[in-house]
Amino acid sequence: MSDNALLQAMYQSIGINPHDLWAQLDVARIEIHANRVLGVHLVQGLEVDARQLDDGIEARILVAKGVRIAKPIQVCFGMIPENGVQRVILDIVVENEARAGVVAHCTFPNARNIRHEMDARLTIGRHAEYAYIERHVHGAEGGVVVIPRSKVHVLEGGRYHTDFELIRGRVGQIEIDVELTGEAHSASEVAARVSGSGNDRINIKEVAHLAGPYARGVLQTSVALRDHAQAVVYNTLRASAPHARGHVDCKEIVQGNAVAKAVPVVEVTHPKAHVTHEAAIGSVDSRQLETLMSRGLTEDEAVDLIIQGLLLKGRSDRRPLGGAYQSEVLPAGTA
Amino acid sequence: MVGDAGSPDRVRAMTILELKNVTLCLDGKRILNDLSIEFWQGHIHALIGPNGAGKSTTANVIMGLSGYTDFEGDVLYQGQSIKGLSIDQRARLGITLAWQEPARYEGLSVYSFIKAAARNRSDSKIREALRQVGLEPEKYLARAVDRTLSGGERKRIELASILAMEPKLVLLDEPDSGIDVEALERIFDALKLLKQQGTTVIMITHSLAVLRHAEHAFLLCCGRLVSKGSVEKIAHYFQQRCIPCDHQELKLREAEGLNVG
Repeated sequence: MSDNALLQAMYQSIGINPHDLWAQLDVARIEIHANRVLGVHLVQGLEVDARQLDDGIEARILVAKGVRIAKPIQVCFGMIPENGVQRVILDIVVENEARAGVVAHCTFPNARNIRHEMDARLTIGRHAEYAYIERHVHGAEGGVVVIPRSKVHVLEGGRYHTDFELIRGRVGQIEIDVELTGEAHSASEVAARVSGSGNDRINIKEVAHLAGPYARGVLQTSVALRDHAQAVVYNTLRASAPHARGHVDCKEIVQGNAVAKAVPVVEVTHPKAHVTHEAAIGSVDSRQLETLMSRGLTEDEAVDLIIQGLLLKGRSDRRPLGGAYQSEVLPAGTA
Repeated sequence: MVGDAGSPDRVRAMTILELKNVTLCLDGKRILNDLSIEFWQGHIHALIGPNGAGKSTTANVIMGLSGYTDFEGDVLYQGQSIKGLSIDQRARLGITLAWQEPARYEGLSVYSFIKAAARNRSDSKIREALRQVGLEPEKYLARAVDRTLSGGERKRIELASILAMEPKLVLLDEPDSGIDVEALERIFDALKLLKQQGTTVIMITHSLAVLRHAEHAFLLCCGRLVSKGSVEKIAHYFQQRCIPCDHQELKLREAEGLNVG
């Protein structure tokens, strides 16, 4: 396939017309297929230094000090073939008082045996702001192994928001591993929303350490499982500084023979810190189900709608970075 | 049973729904007791009675909710038994129910909730349904049907979804519970719209204020039909003899699990 054909196929799989995107010169974008960068368009204050690996890409992305990028950077990762490996190594630095957001589309629409690994190291500078939204589109076969690992350091007064979503297509196997440290007066939110079916395996491990005074952090996970899918969610939130505040929230809906496990851990080592948690695992609420069925939806249709609502909750009521990226929040009616 | 005045002209009014000798036991207790009632197409009916009379149970039996499908007797809709039908099959025939306490849905938008029910799924129809219950679409469409909405707002949104559905028969369980006066007025406005659409309405209530918006009333006590007729007659009877209830003996015997049939 030509580069252009690969790009068309990748964008088509995520429902985006690339020509509409490419026409917006004030929107930065990076397009990567397997181990090749197919396209880059930068805006002022954004630097990208990418290097091709045998099985992927290594890139350094920098948002220069004080630069505030108005529109989210669009990143498209993926592989159109059925088989292969894509390893992405990212070093992202958002310098002091800079501001940027990234919407990453990861697409493997024909996957039968694909492995996608990402190792990201992020540094969010003092009073800088960074939002990262990663949306996965997989095929119906579930032949994908996704291993996103990230280490995040949010410096004093920095704000960090990340939202991982995999609700279209089969998961296959996913191993999310996030480790975050928040310094004084920082604010961090880590959200993951995953829908599994068949024999999908989902492992989510999120660890946040609120290390500085007045640091705030939220870990939020929503998982819906059906058939024989299995999920284990480990959320750990540590607070070791005065006035640090944190919350862990894990919700899992289980149907059929699926199995869910949630292990929220909260650890407080300073008397003036405060951390809360809630975890709920259950089936679809019968009142919700019967209400929708009394409007004419079949049981399956009603369950799908309820689960979509739960999984999209993180999207529809959030305004990453104080509303700067409202275009990325779902329009009315799509939840 | 006391009288049957207030029945419509049988030549002009068609029976849309009929409960025939329905007896339902839950946890060994008889909740509905040989209950037979006919409801007329396009009319607004009220089922009134004190707490525990079996009013909501009657609605649940008609809708076929889980736990309310194993009963003696039959439920006929447009002359056909619907006893073996699922909730969604009944809904597709045109029957629906508005709960006393509407369900909350995390993350599900008002837009999607109404659209899921709507017969005509165009945006304009969905907006119109919200306006019909006195809610501004611009303020509500993107909101989630969750705990951030008040009970009154959720009741009105549920009613908007029913208006959009354009059903043939609506069961409204305690339409006035947990809402303020202004919201109640909007619900009564919606009731008029349903009547204009030709929808049959069955309201479950123990409120005289709600009863007065009906055309016909049925008084239930201890799972039995005690009286039926005009709203005025039933309102008078209810005030005189149900507060306090003069069927205490029946209630005591029910509580003891004795057969009161």
